[in-house]
Amino acid sequence: MPATAALKATCLNAVHRSLNARMVDFGGWDMPVQYTSLVEEHLAVRRSVGAFDVSHMGEIDITGPEALQLTDYVTTNAAGRLKTGQIHYSGLLYEHGGFVDDVLVHKVADDHYFLCVNASNQEKDFEHIRAYNTFDAQVRLSSDDYAQIAIQGPNARATLQKLTAADLPAIRYYWFTDSSVAGAPARIAHTGYTGEQGYEIYIAPAEAPRLWQEILDAGQEFGIKPCGLGARNTLRLEAKMALYGHEIHASITPWEADLAWIVKLDKGDFVGRDALGKQKEQGIRRKLIGFEMCGRGIGRDGYEVLVDGAPAGWVTSGSPAPALNKNIGLCYLPVAESHVGRAIEVVIRSQPVAAVTVETPFYKRAK
Amino acid sequence: MYPEEYRYTKEHEWVHVEGDTGTVGITDHAQHELGDIVYVDFKYGRETLKPGQHVDQGKTIGSVESVKAVSDIYCPVSGHVVDLNHTLADAPEKLNEDPHGEAWLVKIRLSNPGELTNLLSAAEYQTYIGAEK
Repeated sequence: MPATAALKATCLNAVHRSLNARMVDFGGWDMPVQYTSLVEEHLAVRRSVGAFDVSHMGEIDITGPEALQLTDYVTTNAAGRLKTGQIHYSGLLYEHGGFVDDVLVHKVADDHYFLCVNASNQEKDFEHIRAYNTFDAQVRLSSDDYAQIAIQGPNARATLQKLTAADLPAIRYYWFTDSSVAGAPARIAHTGYTGEQGYEIYIAPAEAPRLWQEILDAGQEFGIKPCGLGARNTLRLEAKMALYGHEIHASITPWEADLAWIVKLDKGDFVGRDALGKQKEQGIRRKLIGFEMCGRGIGRDGYEVLVDGAPAGWVTSGSPAPALNKNIGLCYLPVAESHVGRAIEVVIRSQPVAAVTVETPFYKRAK
Repeated sequence: MYPEEYRYTKEHEWVHVEGDTGTVGITDHAQHELGDIVYVDFKYGRETLKPGQHVDQGKTIGSVESVKAVSDIYCPVSGHVVDLNHTLADAPEKLNEDPHGEAWLVKIRLSNPGELTNLLSAAEYQTYIGAEK
């Protein structure tokens, strides 16, 4: 298989292949896009529980007496406000205000911050953070130390609780604990990329195949399904969570991406702050907004968006929404047009098709 | 899985010729690669494909769209369209369930049966998709 020889594989690759998953090249990784049916996997997560191998994700440890100073300097959210055991979503920006990556920052200890970053950005993120390390801190790309399995859905807690002594109801949303799962040391984070309740667990790669099976066995009574990256994408889109390379990239700022809530301009200096301050004063020109197709068709990533018949923006992500029974998407539009209820058209294979901008998230779980 | 009497394209269509008419569909491999299919569109150039239309081998006669992706359908043989499977409009998932049978796409009266020699046998097609994997 010369074409795939260069692809990186997670420690669960053989398991996916034995399950006859359809594998794709995902940013240089040989990953399962679906096992049986994307729609069935999506609905399993919405209705019960699903398990995802997300071991391709990268991890970076920032440690040392000034770990906080460095973490706070390279990210947009206020790392200083995190308590030990707490997590937040944050941005890693260039000086010009565009995204290097979006990250989850976990405070492990006063002198230890743990970042979960996108698979295909990990080396870039690591170099970026290191370049700003004028602090008394160590930066380590520790992706090889971790496999990551996400257990997501209304029955995620009941599934995982069978395998751990950790008191899961005591772990609040966006908090984590270092405990064990099925006898293996595990970092259990109450986070996810699906819009459902769930956990992301970080474990040693060697333990992953056994834990994967233990999780599937534990979830069997709930009809757990192994889920591929296809369902992960439609789930995150329904929940309007950004995907690097689509909603956010080097030419997009947090203001434009509707992510002002992860920027704390008042926290002190950080990389990108000047540019963001300036753009806030001057105002942004384009903004991310959700849309729903009215005509027949799916507005997909990269398709042109027309306002009053003239080119005005582009689709960043678009797909049928399996839990909602409609075709949804996110797009950039001029600020003046980016209000809910605006009639737009998406150019689908040279044909303008009617759509309308709508409130997001498209899907919100019942609390 | 892949009927012996069908002929196959490298673009993952099949044609089953009976008499002077070929029934055309997409292969099981194609439906598996696409995943959950949500739309089937019949188009020739910019026009909706209709019975009576002459189509050329290798030209696009429409597209199949899944949750993940869109894929063109290439006509495996030249001829006149005699029928289209309109039941797929309301039940595109049939393409995932029975791509070699009930979920055929179009029937074409062949104008150049000699073209069939350009196509793959079931064994050749299976070798081809095996190598592609």
